[in-house]
Amino acid sequence: MFLKKYLQDIYYAVKSLLIGMRRTGYYFTHHKEIITQQYPDNKDSLSLPERFRGEVVMIHDENNEHACTGCTACELACPNATIKIITQIDTTPEGKKKKALNTFVYHLDLCTFCNLCIVACPTDAIKMANTFEHSVFDRSKLTKILNKPDSKIRAGIE
Amino acid sequence: MPSLENIADIIHTWLNITFNSTTALLIELVIVAVSAIGLFSMLGLILIMMERKVSAYMQVRLGPNRVGPKGMFQTVADTLKLMVKEGMTPNGADKFLFNLAPFIVMIVAMVILAPLAFAKNFQLWDLNIGILFVASVSSVSVIGILMAGWASNNKYSLLGAMRSGAQIVSYELSAGLSIITIVILTGSLKISTIIQSQSDGWWIFKGHIPALIAFVIFIIAVTAETNRAPFDLAEAESELTAGFHTEYSGMKFALFFLAEYVNIFIVCVLGATLFLGGWMPLHFGTDTRFNELMDYIPSSLWLFGKTFFLIFIIMWFRWTFPRLRIDQLLNLEWKYLLPISMFNLLLTTLMAIMGWHF
Repeated sequence: MFLKKYLQDIYYAVKSLLIGMRRTGYYFTHHKEIITQQYPDNKDSLSLPERFRGEVVMIHDENNEHACTGCTACELACPNATIKIITQIDTTPEGKKKKALNTFVYHLDLCTFCNLCIVACPTDAIKMANTFEHSVFDRSKLTKILNKPDSKIRAGIE
Repeated sequence: MPSLENIADIIHTWLNITFNSTTALLIELVIVAVSAIGLFSMLGLILIMMERKVSAYMQVRLGPNRVGPKGMFQTVADTLKLMVKEGMTPNGADKFLFNLAPFIVMIVAMVILAPLAFAKNFQLWDLNIGILFVASVSSVSVIGILMAGWASNNKYSLLGAMRSGAQIVSYELSAGLSIITIVILTGSLKISTIIQSQSDGWWIFKGHIPALIAFVIFIIAVTAETNRAPFDLAEAESELTAGFHTEYSGMKFALFFLAEYVNIFIVCVLGATLFLGGWMPLHFGTDTRFNELMDYIPSSLWLFGKTFFLIFIIMWFRWTFPRLRIDQLLNLEWKYLLPISMFNLLLTTLMAIMGWHF
């Protein structure tokens, strides 16, 4: 009985080790599996995955309209105060007063790319872009204003 | 056809004509020393490059590819860097032992080189106990490792060295027993006789299952003896930073690093000599046409081909298997490898007495 278990142990050990060696042997002989991207050389053909988190951007359509209502849900969701939203009070043609976005300030130097602001946004106004070459010579350049000049909220977004 | 044997003969005759025999001998000694150092440095460059490329491909990476064509000069650049770096000695270290240790490890590797046959009739010293010499001298290297660990005055170094000592002492047993398997089949400890006995087929083919088991055990045991993953507890970078050479830097570190690779080369030459016929070309029975065709390939190429095949297998182990714990390591040796190799020894003895091998 002891001998049977002893030999069984050896058999399973050798088998599992050979399975591992088959896998690495496959990778050794199949170079097309290599996932390394040689970055500065392949700048033209660089392909990043859709979910890559480079920086927060605001989505603008062709009429220079965005979907941000200035609700500050993203500002509240941010764990380290990366986002600062400055709002203004607009008066609609009917005479009603309404809160609207004035400036969306985004501190890239504080951001940890946790994606919580994008999840929190009720109108999907912001998203993560996959640009990643953020180095600058002055830290103040990392403070960005996300809404483009003269942009306004798209009609029908509450 | 120029071969290593011819070149050695030409140099020998020329020296003996030009000088008297004592001077000729001295000059030959110098030539041998220089070529041994040359071989070592070449091996260091080639094997480290090979290791890095093999590991990269096995981990779905590219590996070094910037210095020179396909990164071939990366190790040259690394060597230059190590040469110009400062070789520091820690304040609390035992200075004498600390500086002596890397040289002991290196000299042991050089001494083992003596009885190995690199090509047909190309051997430094064909002594009649060649295999025994290699097996005994290779265990001296553990003294160098223990010395480095103790003299560093560092807990990581000492732990690494103690582990290395336990490991080498226990795995030498099964390595020795699997060597003895072939010695029984050959009936000689002399390396040239062992190679000559494989002229009609290598022992791994002629020796049936016992030789195969011995070969597998030999490969496992020498992987452990050279302190390589999955048996690299002596270095275990995730636990002990670098084990016994934690405190070494510059050229002294490079010597340890080089000694590791040279030791791999030496045990692989030994494995090729014992099981794969050394420099003997692949011969099958009486098929003379096939045998003659195989003889056209130079014998040195045969040996280096087999050696690099074994080195590749050991590298394959390293980049596939996770590291063993110290208790698992000793379990493997004392509960599995040693009983199996003892049983295997009995089987081989029976086979040799009854003449069941080819």
